[in-house]
Amino acid sequence: MKSLLIRGGRVIDPATGFDGIRDVCIVNGKITQGWRCDGPVFDAAGMVVAAGFIDMHVHLREPGFEHAETIESGSRAAAAGGFTSICCMPNTSPVNDSATVTSYIVERARNASKVNVYPIGAITKGSKGEELAAIGSMQRAGIVAISDDGKPVMNSRVMRRAMEFAKSLDLLVIDHCEDLNLSAGGDMHEGSHSTRLGLRGIPASSEDVMVARDILLAETTGARYHVAHISTRRAVAMVAFAKSKGLPITCETTPHHFALTDADLETYDSNYKMKPPLRSHLDVDAIIEGIVSGAIDVIATDHAPHAGDEKMQEFERCPFGITGLETAIGLSLEKLVHSGKITLSHMVALFTTGPANVLKLDRGTLAEGAVGDVTVFDVDSEWSYDVSKSESKSKNSPFDGKKFRGGPVATIVAGDVVWQR
Amino acid sequence: MPLKTMPQGLLGIEHLERAEIEAILARAKQFQPAEGEGFQRSDVLKGKTVVNLFFEASTRTRTSFEIAARRLGAETISITAAGSSVSKGESLVDTLNTLVAMRPHAIVMRHAASGAPQFLARHLKIPIVNAGDGTHEHPTQALLDALTILDRKPTLEGLRVAIIGDIAHSRVARSNVHLLSKFGSEIVLCGPASLLPQELAELAPGVTLTNDIEVAIKDADVVMMLRVQLERQHEVPMAAGEYFRFYGLQLDHLTRARPEVIVMHPGPINRGRELSSEVADSQKSVILNQVGNGIAVRMAVLERVLA
Repeated sequence: MKSLLIRGGRVIDPATGFDGIRDVCIVNGKITQGWRCDGPVFDAAGMVVAAGFIDMHVHLREPGFEHAETIESGSRAAAAGGFTSICCMPNTSPVNDSATVTSYIVERARNASKVNVYPIGAITKGSKGEELAAIGSMQRAGIVAISDDGKPVMNSRVMRRAMEFAKSLDLLVIDHCEDLNLSAGGDMHEGSHSTRLGLRGIPASSEDVMVARDILLAETTGARYHVAHISTRRAVAMVAFAKSKGLPITCETTPHHFALTDADLETYDSNYKMKPPLRSHLDVDAIIEGIVSGAIDVIATDHAPHAGDEKMQEFERCPFGITGLETAIGLSLEKLVHSGKITLSHMVALFTTGPANVLKLDRGTLAEGAVGDVTVFDVDSEWSYDVSKSESKSKNSPFDGKKFRGGPVATIVAGDVVWQR
Repeated sequence: MPLKTMPQGLLGIEHLERAEIEAILARAKQFQPAEGEGFQRSDVLKGKTVVNLFFEASTRTRTSFEIAARRLGAETISITAAGSSVSKGESLVDTLNTLVAMRPHAIVMRHAASGAPQFLARHLKIPIVNAGDGTHEHPTQALLDALTILDRKPTLEGLRVAIIGDIAHSRVARSNVHLLSKFGSEIVLCGPASLLPQELAELAPGVTLTNDIEVAIKDADVVMMLRVQLERQHEVPMAAGEYFRFYGLQLDHLTRARPEVIVMHPGPINRGRELSSEVADSQKSVILNQVGNGIAVRMAVLERVLA
């Protein structure tokens, strides 16, 4: 019998509503409160103990782009960021559009990953937006959702068919909402900053029109639909409206979309280039308001590693995306909790019950019998992020050198401490 | 943060102090040749090497910088990368390393990507003079335009300046707006809606927008016409005939302007596209004065950066 006693921490478990000092005992990989834990003890006094954090939007780059990240290195970065489960997007090479690729990822993760890896399958073959991928077979092989992330499904009829099929499989459909005609050639949010910097704009409407379309299609088909990395005020308003109508529509936002604005692009630093782009302060206010109101269900990082030489280019030639696994808790504490916007319990929910419910994963709680995935973090220690020491193979973060108050302390997967500060 | 002082080069007008601009213009005036004479020579930059790094085709700006550097006694090397076969991103990083090895004293750079000089400035310690970056800034053009205006007008303050054409893609417009605004000019930006984003009104104090050329020209002291930058539009442009009809400058437009109005154009001009031949050749046109002033202004800038 293998056990671990996490002693004396402030246990916050939004799934059961518990918030108080308590020991947590994991026996044989399960939360087992009744047992006497006689194994090793983890002293969590002064720290928060929560169900393992889930990041439902990560790019692990394997297979195909192992120079930027691998399942192994990405999982180490996840563990160092306090995540016990991650979902990997299908825009690898080859694209995860078949059971073969899904099985490869599942197998690689079994051997190389410190944390749970849940693949997300492509909606269309090669994520080209034309022909549906082998969605049913991929589900049998282990995918938990479908998405052509990195690209939208531009053809509305293809999206409709995907939603119909996903509905019959009770599979979540995630869309990267971007009208490619409106955003074509854009490098940053279209607004006064893009105009001044002479960079081509990606208008907020390029996201808005796709969110609107998808909500209408989701209503028509009855599919469970999720907006990836929501970033605009009108998109948040539309999701809130859809929820008020009782539709099974959810969304996630990323730490950088509530921590940064388009004003941060002033120096043409490519570490601020991502899709969707950093939006205006009005959008950021709406994102935070959407988190407070519950319109936004999940915080996901959109961890998007790019090798150094890819980012060592003029701004308009650099790829989109930044790493995010290791800074998510720190940014969420700073911008949401320390700022007084939401409670610590609400923040925990955005990383646990939020994604677990959206994905229908049997995780995200410390209730009796639940899987023994635990994230231990603190809310007060001062630390600064040193990207050169990142576990990720890529170092494209705008938060290098940033000072944080509070961050991950230990990551425990099925009772094993896989990372410790 | 953006560089503000000349020892680090000249990346743009936006972050330059008004006093700095005044100093450059005053020096440039001294470099202007007297009537019927050639440019002065000096050896103030003797022993200095200036690299002209042009990633985008340019005749007048590159030549102007070369002449300016030589008049001051500097050696110049011009590197022109067409950027067609090689990915420009790769070549910029590679060129960067090559340049460091050459140990030049300053780099004059033109690049099709906005922010490219800022990118280079982050990695090099030597001063960089921006000779035009994408659709962002073209600081020496704004300086020479200011010098040209001041040849004809006592001050920039209170002048009504209409800038007409493809504002969205114009680095000349951006640099001019920043400069003129610092001196209290009234700036009217005019063009078709697709080339005149609303956010331009927030570029600097004193800027208004209009889609109507007659409104823009009314009571103008200065009319600056811009080239339609088809190469930067990336979408089907307005038909040429339609454009000229609504945004091409013609002689009778100028009756709405102030009597002493001057007409400017950064060149190269497209007769019959953005202005009529009659306007280009009229007494009100100072387009050729702009070219001459380019050398004087670039001498002043290089001297300030390097001496």
